[in-house]
Amino acid sequence: MALLEVQGLKAFYGQTQALHDVSFSLEEGGITTLLGANGAGKTTTLRAICAMVRTQGSIRFDGKPIERWSTEDIVRLGVGHVPEGRGTFVNLSVDENLRAAAYTRRDHQAAARDLDMVLTYFPILRQRIKQQAGTLSGGEQQMLAISRALMLRPRLMLLDEPSFGLAPLIVQEIFRIMRRINEEAKVSMLLVEQNAALALDLADHAYVLETGSVVMSGAASVVKSDEAIRKSYLGY
Amino acid sequence: MGAAKSGRRIGLWLLLLILLVAPIAGSKLGLISNFMVLQLSLMIVYAIAVLGLNLLTGYNGQISLGHGAFFAIGAYVAAVLIDRYDLPWWSTLPIAAASCFVAGYLFGLPALRLEGHYLALATFALAIAVPQILKYRHLENLTGGVQGINLIKPDAPFGLPLNSDQWMYVVVFVVAVFMFWVARNLLDSRIGRSLMAIRDHAMAASTMGINIAQTKAITFGISALYVGVAGALHAIIFEFVAPDSFRIDVSISLLVGMVVGGVASLFGSVLGGVFVQVIEKYADAGARLLSQSLHLPIDIEPWTIYGIALILLVYVMPTGIAGGLAALWGRIRRRSGN
Amino acid sequence: MEQLIQQVASGLANGAIYACLALALVMIFVSTDHINFAQGELAMFSAFLCWQFMDWGLTFWLALPVVAFISFLVGVSVERVILRPLHNAPVLSIVVVFIGLLAIFHSMAGSIWGHTIKQFPSPFPNVHFAGSGYIGPHQIGMVVVTLLLLLALFAFFRYTPIGLAMRAAAQNPVSARLVGIRVDMMLALGWGLAAAVGAVAGALVAPVVFLEPNMMASILLYGFAGALVGGISSPGGAVAGGFIVGILENLVAYFGNLLEKSTGIYVVGNGEKLMVALIIVITVLTLKPSGLFGHVTVKRV
Repeated sequence: MALLEVQGLKAFYGQTQALHDVSFSLEEGGITTLLGANGAGKTTTLRAICAMVRTQGSIRFDGKPIERWSTEDIVRLGVGHVPEGRGTFVNLSVDENLRAAAYTRRDHQAAARDLDMVLTYFPILRQRIKQQAGTLSGGEQQMLAISRALMLRPRLMLLDEPSFGLAPLIVQEIFRIMRRINEEAKVSMLLVEQNAALALDLADHAYVLETGSVVMSGAASVVKSDEAIRKSYLGY
Repeated sequence: MGAAKSGRRIGLWLLLLILLVAPIAGSKLGLISNFMVLQLSLMIVYAIAVLGLNLLTGYNGQISLGHGAFFAIGAYVAAVLIDRYDLPWWSTLPIAAASCFVAGYLFGLPALRLEGHYLALATFALAIAVPQILKYRHLENLTGGVQGINLIKPDAPFGLPLNSDQWMYVVVFVVAVFMFWVARNLLDSRIGRSLMAIRDHAMAASTMGINIAQTKAITFGISALYVGVAGALHAIIFEFVAPDSFRIDVSISLLVGMVVGGVASLFGSVLGGVFVQVIEKYADAGARLLSQSLHLPIDIEPWTIYGIALILLVYVMPTGIAGGLAALWGRIRRRSGN
Repeated sequence: MEQLIQQVASGLANGAIYACLALALVMIFVSTDHINFAQGELAMFSAFLCWQFMDWGLTFWLALPVVAFISFLVGVSVERVILRPLHNAPVLSIVVVFIGLLAIFHSMAGSIWGHTIKQFPSPFPNVHFAGSGYIGPHQIGMVVVTLLLLLALFAFFRYTPIGLAMRAAAQNPVSARLVGIRVDMMLALGWGLAAAVGAVAGALVAPVVFLEPNMMASILLYGFAGALVGGISSPGGAVAGGFIVGILENLVAYFGNLLEKSTGIYVVGNGEKLMVALIIVITVLTLKPSGLFGHVTVKRV
């Protein structure tokens, strides 16, 4: 059974319809990427899954229909959303950011271990642990955002353009760690990326969106090697 | 279309004439007491004041919780000039208007930088401080300190067959019609459109070449002018001013009048004025009646009704009675049209 | 000199009350951007409740936590029932609702307890001690209790998970939801805590200003001034601002009297205290809206 199954998803900002018909599914343990041009509806799809916009259609997580659930409850179910623009609590310290993310957890000892684990993934955060998040560099803030989502001990992570505005070297490091997280912590991922080549390297499955609808999909390796798809949809 | 318009205009003049003559005639015939005539005058006075607040808050989007201050300034200017300087009462109206325009403009200047909640806060502070300002020791010679000033209601001139309450009703009525007429023309003009443009979209307004700062400050001045004239009229027909009649209650009454009557509506301002006076006069009795008929263990006070009315209105009829009526009227017309 | 110290000391005591109210205002402001014009009346209502419990035979120290808890519940319900449905409403609607609440609490206190001034006994023993020439026992008690309260609040926000969650929710509601924090509940909690802090302030200041429905109007104005001086987005600043304003108020009156005594010219005295607060409010708002300790927030257009 698929971990996440989206059927005929529509989404609206006020009166404006941003998604028309998005359907896809995501296997447990895998990394799936949503590709497409600016305004194709990638970010909206992630937001729709977390009930951050008004939606119609069906969204099933682990078999449960969640389209009527609140953001908080979806998150508590094990969906870690790393939002566009990172959304760190800039006035809180790194430590407080991570502890705020563990707020919903009742297994305090396991949470403490998880804190240690994310700081092992991102050692730089350990050095910055008492610093205000607003004073971190862009790359560090992205690492903090990913760590914060990890503190929820999610089964699925939604990652919204983790490479945005970062230097290539930093991006490579972050993607390397994402792969490790996927493999070691068995966290499935839904990745939205502007940088298609990068995303296809990491992902095992890809969907291409255009003006709010899925126009094609396939295994990442296939999509990557198909020159026609690359030229017409991905622009490289 | 033209005929309909001129027909409506004639209708309006007719209505105004009736509103002017009927109470006087009623009072002459002994159907209405002088006290009732005074009540009607006060309603009109409050309508002018609510209109003033509406110009600023309704049409220009600047929230003021302190317009009682300008009401007080207008009232005191009139009272002091009549009582200490023996000026004829009618001459104090333009002076009160001018003083309040200046006061409003000056208060509006620093307030320009404030928006929404912050402006509400600054004006709220003003409203709380008003009575103390009026008691300031150096002003005592003029203002009569805590005691306030007693005035005498002017008699009708030229041997007109009107008693002073009837005469004052005529005066207040004519002043009000004039001020509403000016307001309507002002709102129809370029200035009026910039007022509303600033309220709806300040950024866009400035790119359209509207001088936002100047327009806002002048609006503040004009708004204060209206309220000041109302204050002056109030002092004259009420024959009394004192610091403690200008507590924050006045500011709140005006706000309530505006919200209940109708935000950004001339007709709503009239309704608001009526509401303010009716509540002020009859809410005590009404509240007592309500507490008795509901067998409540305590006596409800008018402010409780005020507060509940305000909150309910925000939910049910955010555009006030005038807006609610307009919406209702539109629905009826659409239904009958189909 | 002795008088000066006396004035500063009593300013400190009043400042403690202003600090509490300022903090209550800031707690609501940081999470909702709303200025609670009814905060003072809520505190007044709580003070009356406290009096009522004492009249029924409770001691002050028993009545105070009970009243604080009731006020907490009142605050939570006001937020949930009245303000929650309006969270996208225009500013005018919000302001009008606060004014409505102000009117309701004010008049209900009058309805229930009447408008005559009530004596509210000080809960602190009237003892003599070193320095009691400068500051009375009730004033010291006020300062100590508020400082303890502020310390407890500080610890709550700093060291408890729920305090942390409240801060996160106030700062970035979207991200807070994304880590599973129930933001709506946090806002209601914030309202409740603010009401409880206001209740303590009301009960402590009641022996000083006497109990009547109008008791809080001027104190609220000082609370506003304190919050603004410290920066309305900064809780610590609000507390400092409250104390600053309290001392300033007394110093202005003191030097006004001094001036009158030495030159015979009267400029300002006790009667002008509210004017001083008004001037502080307007000056800070126009010259430095972020206050002394607040940070500038960039408004997105």
